[in-house]
Amino acid sequence: MADLRINFAGIKSPNPFWLASAPPTNSGAQIHRAFEAGWGGAVWKTIGAPVLNVSNRYGALHFGRQRMLAINNVELISDRPIEINLREIAEVKRNWPDRAVIVSAMVEAKPEAWREIVQRIEDTGADGIELNYGCPHGMSERGMGSAIGQVPEYCEQITRWVMEAATIPVIMKLTPNITDIVLPARAGVAAGATALSLINTINSIIGVDLDTLELTPSIGGKGGHGGFAGPAVKPIALNMLAALGTDEIVSSSGLPISAMGGISTWADAAEFLLLGASSLQVCTAVMHYGYRIIEDLCDGLSNWMDEKGFMTIADVTGQSLHRVSEFKNLDLSYRAAARINVDKCIKCNLCYVACNDTAHQCIDLVSPQGEFMAPFSYDARSNGKSEAVKTRPQPVVREEDCVGCRLCYNVCPVDDCIDMVEVPSGRTSITWSELSEQQAQVTEDWEQMKAYRERVGIHIH
Amino acid sequence: MESAIQLHEKVLTEQLPPLTANEASVEADRCLYCYDAPCTRACPTHIDIPRFIKKIATRNLRGSAETILASNLLGATCARVCPVQELCEGACVLGAEHKPIAIGRLQRHAMDYAHQKRVYPVVKAEPTGRSIAVIGAGPAGLSCAGELAKLGHSVTIYEKRAQPGGLSTYGIIALREPVEIALEEARMIKGLGVTIKTGIEFGKDIFLETLQQEFDGVVLSVGLGRTPSLGIEGEEAILDGLGFIEASKADEASLHVGQNVIVIGAGNTAVDCATIARRLGAERVTIVYRRTDREMTCYEHEYDFARREGIEFRFLTQPARVVLESGASAGLECLRVELGEPDTSGRATPMPVKGSEFLLPADQIIKAIGQNKPSLAAWLGLQTKQGFIAVDSDFQTSMTGLYAIGDCIRASGAASTVMAVQDGKLAAAAIHQQLAHHPKKVEVS
Repeated sequence: MADLRINFAGIKSPNPFWLASAPPTNSGAQIHRAFEAGWGGAVWKTIGAPVLNVSNRYGALHFGRQRMLAINNVELISDRPIEINLREIAEVKRNWPDRAVIVSAMVEAKPEAWREIVQRIEDTGADGIELNYGCPHGMSERGMGSAIGQVPEYCEQITRWVMEAATIPVIMKLTPNITDIVLPARAGVAAGATALSLINTINSIIGVDLDTLELTPSIGGKGGHGGFAGPAVKPIALNMLAALGTDEIVSSSGLPISAMGGISTWADAAEFLLLGASSLQVCTAVMHYGYRIIEDLCDGLSNWMDEKGFMTIADVTGQSLHRVSEFKNLDLSYRAAARINVDKCIKCNLCYVACNDTAHQCIDLVSPQGEFMAPFSYDARSNGKSEAVKTRPQPVVREEDCVGCRLCYNVCPVDDCIDMVEVPSGRTSITWSELSEQQAQVTEDWEQMKAYRERVGIHIH
Repeated sequence: MESAIQLHEKVLTEQLPPLTANEASVEADRCLYCYDAPCTRACPTHIDIPRFIKKIATRNLRGSAETILASNLLGATCARVCPVQELCEGACVLGAEHKPIAIGRLQRHAMDYAHQKRVYPVVKAEPTGRSIAVIGAGPAGLSCAGELAKLGHSVTIYEKRAQPGGLSTYGIIALREPVEIALEEARMIKGLGVTIKTGIEFGKDIFLETLQQEFDGVVLSVGLGRTPSLGIEGEEAILDGLGFIEASKADEASLHVGQNVIVIGAGNTAVDCATIARRLGAERVTIVYRRTDREMTCYEHEYDFARREGIEFRFLTQPARVVLESGASAGLECLRVELGEPDTSGRATPMPVKGSEFLLPADQIIKAIGQNKPSLAAWLGLQTKQGFIAVDSDFQTSMTGLYAIGDCIRASGAASTVMAVQDGKLAAAAIHQQLAHHPKKVEVS
C-alpha cells in the first residue's frame, strides 16, 4: 500500500492533505474535528492585524445543476482575538503532535510587526508559518495581502524580515493576481523562504442581481471584488504550479511547493502532485461537503498510486513536469482525428452542431441507409417515436478533413464515445522552433508557407 | 366510506401535480439540448422541444411558452393528454440508459405559466379580408381557426355542444385534463379574434350552402360518431363510454357507478372508463376484450396504469347477451374466443367458440369500443377512405373549398389530440396558400 506520509520542508504529516488557511480552519474546535476526520494538517486561518467582517461574505458560481463550481469571498483574515487564536493553536498542536499545524500570518509591512508575529507563532509550538501575500480583498486596500504579493520586491523584503526572525519553516504563499507568477516565486527564493505555496484566490465579481441590479452578493446594496476559488480555478492553479516547476531558478532552488486551487477529488490531487506539488491544500470542497471528504482523498490517491506503482508521494511529485512545454516545441507533424464509437453514440448530434457551426465542418449525418442527410430534413407530417428513432442519422467523422481540434470529444455527453485517434501524418517530425531555424522564410511569408504546405502535404480546407 | 369530497378529488383532480419550480429546473438542466432533436421530430406538431426546455433552464418562461405555442396552440392540452411515451419522450436519447426527459410535464410547466401570465399569441398579420368557417370546436378546429386568425383571416367556429373544446372538454377524464384547461385554451383562440358560436349544429341550424356563400372556405372538424352498436340482446342496458366520461366531468356527483362494473373494449377510452368507475367506488371493475393484450389498442403505459388501479382484464372474451333483471343489468353472458387469421386491421380475427357461454355478473356495463365513422361524408356526398372523409395533401375534400381535419379523416395513424392540432395547423397553411392564389372576387355593381 502506498505511503502517503510527507515531509514538507521539515513539516511532517501523515498524508499530503492540509486544510488551507480559510474558514474551515477558523478555530481550534474545528481543526480538532478535521484531524479526527483524518486531515494531515491545517493552515490556521490567517492571524495578524485587527479586522471586522461584513455579512453576505460568500458568492458562488453555479453552472447547470453543479452548485459552487467556484466560491468567491470577501471574508477577511481571522476576526477572533489574536490571543484566543494563539492559545488554541498551542492546544491543537499539543493534542495532535503527528499532524501539521501551520499558521498563516499577515501584518503591516513593518519589520517589527513581522518579527513580533513570528515570535508569537513560534511560541505556540506550531510546525510552520505561511506568509499570506495573497488576500485580494480588504486587506490589500490596507497595504497587506495581495498588495504585497503583486510586488516581487515587497515579497522579498518582508520574507527577509521573517527569515531573520524565524526558526521554523516558512512558506511564502503567492497571489495569482499577477502577470507572471514566476517573479514573486523567485523573490521568495532570493529571500531564503523555506517553501512556496500557491494559489491564493483570484479577483472576481460573481454577478449582478437582475431584479435589484445590485452586485451578488449584496452587502447592504453594495459589493465588490472578492477572492475566487474552487473547481473552476483548478486549470489556472495547475498552470501556475507548472510555471514554477519549469522555471530554472525556482526549480533549481529545490523549494518544495504546497499547491491548492480547486482540489476536490483525489484525482485533482494527483494532478497537482504530478505537476510538482509536495503538499496539497483544500478549502472550497470542504466548505461544500465538510471534513469527511478526506477519506476518499486519501483512499483514492492511495489506490491510484498502488495501481501506478508509486510508493511515496515524493515519487509522484513532478512526474509530469517534463511533459510541460511551449507551443514552439510541439510536433507539427503529429496528427489526431476524432472517431465516434457508434455503439456508444446516442445520436444527440451535439458533436455535429459544434463541428459544423464552430469548428471545421467535418462531421456528416449519415442515414441508416448510408446516405448523407441534412439536419431537419423530415416531412412536417412525420410523427411518432419509431419514425424518429429508426430514421435518426449517425454522426460520422470525415477523417481526411478532421483537423483533430478535439471539440467534438469535449462536447460529447457520453463517456468514451469519441476517441481522439493518432493518425500517421506521413510527415517528418518538426517543431515550429526547428522550422524557424531551418526555413525562416516559411514562418515569415504566406507564399512561402503555401509552398511549404504543398511540399510536405498539409491541406487546409 | 369515502366522503364526496374525497371521491371528487379522486376523479376531478389532475393525477400528476404540477412540477415545482425547482423540479422543473432540475429536469430542464438534464436535457442535453440535442441538435435536430428526435423528440422534436417525434412530436406531430414538431415543437422545438430542446429550445423550450433550455428556456426553462435559463428561467425565460415567457420565451418557453411562446416557443411551444408557435408550433402548437393547444400546448396546454397536449402537455397533459399526449401519449408522450410513444412520441417525444419515447424518442429521447436519454431513454436508453437513463430516464427520458419529462417533456410533457415541462411543457405543462411552461403552459401553466402562460395561462397565469396570459402569455398568449397575438395576431401580427394585416387583415386579409378573407373569412373561413370551421365546423366543430375540438382540438383540430381550434388549432386551424387559431392559425388562420394569426395569418389575418376572419374565422368563425360553429360548435353544436354548449362548450368549445370537443373531446378535451367532454371526452378526456379530468384526472388527465381538467375542463378548465380546455376552456381556457378556447378563450385564448377567441383572443386571436376567432368567433366561436356554440349550440349551433351543422346540418340542422346551419347548412353548407349558406356557409359556402358567406365564407371563402369551410373546414370540417367534426370528429367521429357515437359508439357503435354491439348488436347483442339487452344492449339498451349498456352505457356509452364517452357519455359516462362526459358525465364524470360535468356532474360526477349524480353519476351512478355500479358495484361490479364491466367495461367492454380495451382501448384508451375503455381504460379511462374503468379508472373512473373504480375511483368512484366500484368494488370490482373488469375490462372485457375479445382479443389479447397483444392486440388491444390502449397504450402499454395505460395498461400498466389500469392494473395498478386494480382493474381486472378478461381477454379472449366476447359479449353475447346482457342478462337483465327487472330491466337492469345483472350480468354479461360471454363466449370464449379463439384467435384466427389476421383480419384487415392486421390483428387476429376473434372466433367465438360455440357452446362456451359463461356469465360475468355485473350491475353496470359500459362499452368503449371505438367510435362510428363520420356520417357527414355520405350525407354531403364526399369521397371517403375506409369510411373516413377523404382529403388531398392540402386537407381539401372532394368538394372544392371544403376542407376536413382531425379524427374525421384519420383513416390511418393514431387519432390523437396532437395529430388533430397538426392537421389544423397544416390545413391553415394550405388554405392560406390557396386563398393567396385565388384573389377575392370583387362584386361589380
